[in-house]
Amino acid sequence: MNVFDIMGPVMVGPSSSHTAGAVKIGYTARKLMREEIKEAKIFLHGSFLLTGKGHGTDKALIAGLLGMMPDDERIPDSFSYAKERGLEYDFAGIELRSAHPNSVLMQLVGEKGNKMEIIASSIGGSSIVINQIDGVEADITAAYPTLVIKNVDKPGHVSMVTSLLSKHSINIATMKIQRDKRGGNAVMIIECDQELPGEVLELLGNAEGVKKVTYINAVEA
Amino acid sequence: MSFRSFEEILSKCKEQDKPFWRVILEDDMEERLVSEEESFEKMKHLYMSMKGADIAYDEGLKSTSGLVGGDGARISRAVSEGKTLGGPFIGEVMSKALKMGESNACMKKIVAAPTGGACGVIPAVLLTYEEQFGAFLQQMIEAMYVAAGVGQVIAVRAFISGAAGGCQAEIGSASAMAAGALTYLNGGDGESIAHSAAMSLKNLMGLVCDTVGGLVEIPCVKRNVGGAVIAIASADMAVAGIRSQIPPDEVIDAMREVGESLPRTLRETGEGGLAATPTGREIMNRLMK
Repeated sequence: MNVFDIMGPVMVGPSSSHTAGAVKIGYTARKLMREEIKEAKIFLHGSFLLTGKGHGTDKALIAGLLGMMPDDERIPDSFSYAKERGLEYDFAGIELRSAHPNSVLMQLVGEKGNKMEIIASSIGGSSIVINQIDGVEADITAAYPTLVIKNVDKPGHVSMVTSLLSKHSINIATMKIQRDKRGGNAVMIIECDQELPGEVLELLGNAEGVKKVTYINAVEA
Repeated sequence: MSFRSFEEILSKCKEQDKPFWRVILEDDMEERLVSEEESFEKMKHLYMSMKGADIAYDEGLKSTSGLVGGDGARISRAVSEGKTLGGPFIGEVMSKALKMGESNACMKKIVAAPTGGACGVIPAVLLTYEEQFGAFLQQMIEAMYVAAGVGQVIAVRAFISGAAGGCQAEIGSASAMAAGALTYLNGGDGESIAHSAAMSLKNLMGLVCDTVGGLVEIPCVKRNVGGAVIAIASADMAVAGIRSQIPPDEVIDAMREVGESLPRTLRETGEGGLAATPTGREIMNRLMK
């Protein structure tokens, strides 16, 4: 526990979990989509559903989806910014199985037509975790610079990625590897100690067998 | 590699002959691999944001429930008209604590310290101290490190969220952090800092989290006043040489035990205490519509 987990963040109130955490969830989802979001179906679970309205959780999620950070003073008016930017949204309740009380499921559609479904939770303070992306376990906290690499499940890809990172003096803090089936689609989730320069992302994106590289810089707050 | 006890911090202070705040600052540098300047600037940014939030207070604002707003200005007027008993320092501290709590409830920008619900306690005592006792900014940032160090020990040893440990974990922690900071500013050594924090925690031990309608409004905003005033009293006791007879680390352990034995209804569920009163329920029903 670092001192800045205790002091701060600078945030729009009233609640670090229900407001600041919700902004971070939206912001991280926007980063994962890598394009403007045009449609968002948002399902609130547990305490997010029960007390979310009074905490501005709804406005906070939309603010994050628009790319705002937890200290953005436009958060209370995010609904009108959404209208301006052509983001359509609706909210409903849901009962997610064995989910953290502060959880949300979001079905997102981007301006290029890409779709994504994520489940995320605000787990205390303003810490968050993206639990699932399109049904695949993810466990992204956005507390570190994070790489999400979708690749073909073939030998050599993991070592290619790790050696590329080490060549650029980037230290891996944590790493998780998942796949849907042998030889199928695989996902590497890598949390790093350093921010990644654009050239490294480009090299990774062009590497053989890599389908998609998404980079989420650490969210202050 | 956070500190697990006051004892650890104090023995490091002694070993290296360094003040409390510097030990905390150096721990941050080591943990986040940053320079002294980087760490200091980050803390300064938080302090300046507290100042900004205090100045940005708008007495015309109302919270979601419509029940919070304007009280900070009310107490401020009473103080300037000479109607209050607490004197100008406590008067201003009360006013600033209410203002920050209200700004938070009204979705304005604040600094969580350690949480949104308890965001008024630390700035109330620190900003007022700076205004009325003319401290240097450098000292104020040092005091912020003292507060953060106190909070870190509480967070590691117990908790700092109402859902986990009741209001004692939020306002209680904030009050202990504020007491430590004030004790430092008023010339107290490391031991006095730890004891002032312990005395704050003891005074707020058992405080439940019974938010009406589950919102960070009633009674959170006004409890910031209590936390701040208790911090002043605890700091004064510590500087006078008064010590907690139960060692500070044991006080935190007791607070954890008390928090763990609180029923769920008194841990931020909006189902017990003030939330369960007829008026509390009526407010909640109105909000649910």
